[in-house]
Amino acid sequence: MYQKFDVVIVGAGGAGLMAAMQLPNASVAVLSKVYPTRSHTGAAQGGVAAALGNLEEDHWKWHMYDTIKGGDYLVDQPAAEILARDAIDAIYELEHRGLPFNRTPDGRIDQRRFGGHTRNYGEAPVRRSCYAADRTGHMLLQTMYQNAIKNQVRFFNEFLALDLLVNEGRVCGVVALEIRTGEIHTFHAKAVLFATGGYGRAWRVTSNAFACMGDGMAIAYRRGIPLQDMEMYQFHPTGLYKVGVLLSEGARGEGARLLNGKGEYFMERYMPTLKDLAPRDIVSRCIIKEIKEGRGVNGEDYVYLDLRHLGEKVITEKLPDITEFARNYLGVEPIREPVPIQPTAHYAMGGIPTDNDGRVVIDAQWTPLPGFYAAGEVACVSVHGANRLGTNSLVDLIVFGRRAGKHMARFIAESDHVPLPPHHEDFAREMVDHLLTSKGGESAARIRNELQGEMLEHVFVERQEKGLQHAMETVAGLQEAYQKVQLQDKGKTFNTELVEAIELGFLLECAAATVHGALARKESRGAHYRLDYPERDDVNWLKHTLIYKGEGACNARLAYKDVILIDDPVFKPKERKY
Amino acid sequence: MKVTLRIKRFDPDKDAKPYWAEYTVAASPVDRLLDALNTIKWTIDGTLTFRRSCAHGVCGSDAMRINGRNRLACKVLIRDVGEKVTVEPMLGFPVIKDLVVDMDPFFHKYESIKPYLITHDNEPGTERLQSPEERARYDEGTKCILCGACTGSCPSIWGNPDWVGPAAIVNAHRFIFDSRDQGTAERLAILGQRNGVWRCRTIFNCSDACPRGIPVTDLIEQVKRAIIYGDRNID
Ligand code: SF4
Ligand code: FES
Repeated sequence: MYQKFDVVIVGAGGAGLMAAMQLPNASVAVLSKVYPTRSHTGAAQGGVAAALGNLEEDHWKWHMYDTIKGGDYLVDQPAAEILARDAIDAIYELEHRGLPFNRTPDGRIDQRRFGGHTRNYGEAPVRRSCYAADRTGHMLLQTMYQNAIKNQVRFFNEFLALDLLVNEGRVCGVVALEIRTGEIHTFHAKAVLFATGGYGRAWRVTSNAFACMGDGMAIAYRRGIPLQDMEMYQFHPTGLYKVGVLLSEGARGEGARLLNGKGEYFMERYMPTLKDLAPRDIVSRCIIKEIKEGRGVNGEDYVYLDLRHLGEKVITEKLPDITEFARNYLGVEPIREPVPIQPTAHYAMGGIPTDNDGRVVIDAQWTPLPGFYAAGEVACVSVHGANRLGTNSLVDLIVFGRRAGKHMARFIAESDHVPLPPHHEDFAREMVDHLLTSKGGESAARIRNELQGEMLEHVFVERQEKGLQHAMETVAGLQEAYQKVQLQDKGKTFNTELVEAIELGFLLECAAATVHGALARKESRGAHYRLDYPERDDVNWLKHTLIYKGEGACNARLAYKDVILIDDPVFKPKERKY
Repeated sequence: MKVTLRIKRFDPDKDAKPYWAEYTVAASPVDRLLDALNTIKWTIDGTLTFRRSCAHGVCGSDAMRINGRNRLACKVLIRDVGEKVTVEPMLGFPVIKDLVVDMDPFFHKYESIKPYLITHDNEPGTERLQSPEERARYDEGTKCILCGACTGSCPSIWGNPDWVGPAAIVNAHRFIFDSRDQGTAERLAILGQRNGVWRCRTIFNCSDACPRGIPVTDLIEQVKRAIIYGDRNID
């Protein structure tokens, strides 16, 4: 089926909905492969940062500094300035739209501490994270969806995007599968925004939903658009042991501490100032180090998150959800027992490169691809650099989702629809037909399982040449095997086996790009820690990786792009200590 | 351990009517029921169809009838259900395929109660003030993940699919009792109609079903009282 809109937004999480909200006078279609309220934004827990200064002195410039330093200086500094400045208004906008923030006794938005957020350029932790218990993302998603209903946004629920249409040097639409009917639809548009989220399902231990399969990144990558800084993938320090479900950093913001098998609160040994509130990349590395040196609990591959001293009142009032996760999935009572945790795959700092207005740019010269936008985790602005600070993901969604929406509003006012390219549905139809008719005998589940194991083993918190090479070969082999995937369900109606297989194709592309970026970057920076190159190397590597898909399934071509620095000594790259 | 799942299946492309299928899989007592469903899908029968996303009870995708009660498959552990478990789609919703039901009518009911903050005053330059007590007044309803477990467990819905149902009322409560909201009268008028709150017979199935621990029936009762007294400032 063919439909024409001014704007098509793919993804109905925080970024997509925030963008949709900026387009009240345009015809907008929002495609989502799940009902919007199921989007993974809803799983965010701890908070959303903004220098409101409701409880103590704070400044957006401190937030900007923390973001840049937290990102180990791979951050484009003007983007960080926008993030930190705009966050303040964006929070008030969310409050006005109804988001039920926790409150201070005098009725203002309450704020709490979070990893890497500091007062006066690193002096001590600061209360900057606005929150709604430990389900801030849930509240944000609900609020945005409620406002979308109010604005009568047109949703296409359970539509899986398959392809991006490009013609005459411009993006002009999206091809999607209607999951319920199996029908292929073309959405013709002047502008397309991808807000499809991340690809945390590439790892076996992950905080990410099943839906986080890298759809948008892979679709763009297949169309020749580069992916940026894919080696920069965040492993959150505190995932429930084996399950991977997140235990918010908000817990440590409230005072919870990490405990090793010897009963030591070990973070104070590594990071004397911020201790347990050091940024995530550092805390995850410390946990892995403790485990490697035999100080895991009972010599095993986990440590504890200790909340006991917070007391029942704080735990039940401010951290109710995560305590329930611990009870339900591990049978541990956090009020009385420490909770077993391990680092878990969590967030892609990398993604589709964009400028500060969400416009996708396709080379080191920042050349835009007109009509194409990206925002949220799928995008790389780059505001998180080599390591995102806690709470900055939600800030990113609202700030850059909003900017992308506003820019699209201007763009569609000035431009017409470009015609669709010839045979525009062929690529998508072939993808689906191939999977429905293949008799190769291969199982998608087996491939996914092997991929997840390989990524956990070799492309995790610590990396080195040999392991990355191994991963490269494995991913290449799995790409090949993927061509032979055979389905049992050949039906049209709600064929989730087909959906999963298509998504696996996306996931493999993202994994391949990640390994390419990681192999090439011969230094350690932020989340990318190379045992064989343990130091940061600003002379050679203060630059963004651009990865273009090459000929053949797993090949890639790499290019590099300068990091944008601001001429201000405060933000000059220096050694990162906390 | 081994677990046997008895699953009600239906594929509109192939089946004239629903039928029961049985699968036995290996599982650990701390696995989620969702894990067992995935094991079936990934190793035995790829046609088995259900929704899921977050896998930890926060997205609302996988409400289904498990041993006769609406639960999220990702929150129920194998040790809670034992070696034999029956799984069916939720009642009160049209079935699309296997465990997947049509949620569109459910979301339309949600939309019908105006689930968004209604204000008529100009917005202040910063946040609107709200005391912690005022914030606590509507906290329960904000936990809702729109999974439909409550609505699908309600005999009043089984009898009358047009009834607005518990989930929509929970979400109306969330705004009616929000001190910042000025749309109380509009919402109470909608909920005072024939298919509004009065079809609730206080059966408590909804409260039992809610995976978020929301006291659904209580909230419905509070909305009923607000309608009778024409005011939300009652307790
Ligand atoms: S009230 Fe509870 S059971 Fe009902 S939809 Fe909301 S979360 Fe689900
Ligand atoms: S999969 Fe999200 S609630 Fe169960």
